[in-house]
Amino acid sequence: MLTKRVIPCLDVHDGKVTRGVQFGRAEDGGLRNVGDPVELAIRYNDQGADEMVFFDITASAHGRSTMIDVIQRTAAHCFMPLTVGGGIRKTEDMHALLHAGADKVSINSSAIATPELISAGAEKFGSQCIVVSIDAKKVAPDRWEVFVQGGRKATGLDAVAWATEAVQRGAGEIVLNSIDADGTKAGYDLVITRRISEAVGVPVVASGGAGKLEHMVEVLDQGKADAVLAASIFHFGTYTVSDVKRYLAEHNLPVRLPESVGV
Amino acid sequence: MLALIDYGSGNIHSVINALRREHADVELISDPARLADAEGVVLPGVGAFGDCVQGLQSRGIWEPIAEWLAADKPFLGICVGYQMLFDESEESPGVRGFGFFPGKVKRFGTPGLKVPQIGWNQLDLRSHPLWRGLPVRPHVYFVHSYFPAPQVDADVTAFSTYGETFAASAARGRVAGVQFHPEKSQAVGLGILRNFIASVPASAAAR
Repeated sequence: MLTKRVIPCLDVHDGKVTRGVQFGRAEDGGLRNVGDPVELAIRYNDQGADEMVFFDITASAHGRSTMIDVIQRTAAHCFMPLTVGGGIRKTEDMHALLHAGADKVSINSSAIATPELISAGAEKFGSQCIVVSIDAKKVAPDRWEVFVQGGRKATGLDAVAWATEAVQRGAGEIVLNSIDADGTKAGYDLVITRRISEAVGVPVVASGGAGKLEHMVEVLDQGKADAVLAASIFHFGTYTVSDVKRYLAEHNLPVRLPESVGV
Repeated sequence: MLALIDYGSGNIHSVINALRREHADVELISDPARLADAEGVVLPGVGAFGDCVQGLQSRGIWEPIAEWLAADKPFLGICVGYQMLFDESEESPGVRGFGFFPGKVKRFGTPGLKVPQIGWNQLDLRSHPLWRGLPVRPHVYFVHSYFPAPQVDADVTAFSTYGETFAASAARGRVAGVQFHPEKSQAVGLGILRNFIASVPASAAAR
């Protein structure tokens, strides 16, 4: 059976993993350094992470070259899927990151500004390489809108409609980040996760709000997510990836537990 | 030396990293003449079936690989590099594969199933040297929308199930292919690559 994935997310700023306390705070300098990205990646690799996401929150030319170095060094140690996001505006940017050892690239505001970037990337590298990341905020009892610029700028796009369009244009996976839930540790937004998961025919990764292990069970179960992404709970040592997986397994969710290889 | 075929398909560096980690003497090869020095071939493949076939043909490396397969020399195809060993694919109608294994590459079609399959799935293994030392039902990493349906049951060396049960691996003689990505499958994947390298003693780097 295909297992549910547990994905640590590393926000990288000036070559260090950082964590903003709340959504959008990273850009304002509200950051806590939590360590070296390659060291953290190796730690999560050893804990049995199913995949890793690196997010370049500097998103400048300087940040790009730092990120390429991080990916190259990580890929030499961690034989697992790596996704990179942040500041990708052209298929050339995608090529540089894929060439450095990334398996997927994640685009967010640039996909909204230029939706053709999704199809151009999918045609060139395959849909499986192109992840569209969506920052959604509840704006009315039954409406979630897509925001950009760290949750500050509304786009007018309905989150479910945008996810559907992104997939039609060639996105092979959707990362859904709830702006309301992010940083609260109060749990993922189950309703919008489920809506999007049921609306699109590709895997949906839930992001934002993980504080307890029950939250992960809820979003995989009721939210119908295919994977969970989390940052703080791993960086600050609240839980290890193996803690999460054991808990999910105890709650009858299919996960990949450690396997020993002889010879 | 192991020849890792470089024909413009992605993820070449992950494969080379993983093979080097397992102490293979591996070289990226795009010039077919270099195959004369190789003891084994690894053929990766990411992207559309037709584009991969075209990529090999336009570099003049299609025929040399067809001869390599016919000569039963050590070969490992990964993902589309595995799919191309079959006759044809629903992804690219009219494009011929190597036809080394009889059968067609099909798209996942179970209603309600998310396609592509992305993630870690289990293998049901049949006995094969590539699986030496692996756990009974190991997890490996898949990213694909299509899978081969071999006509000859004896060619299948591992099954996996996503909506339907499919041939996650096939082998005949010294030619093998896997639908998953061993280079992205952590310890299990590295073990499989180690077994492949061990089956080609001259491909191991001096240690």
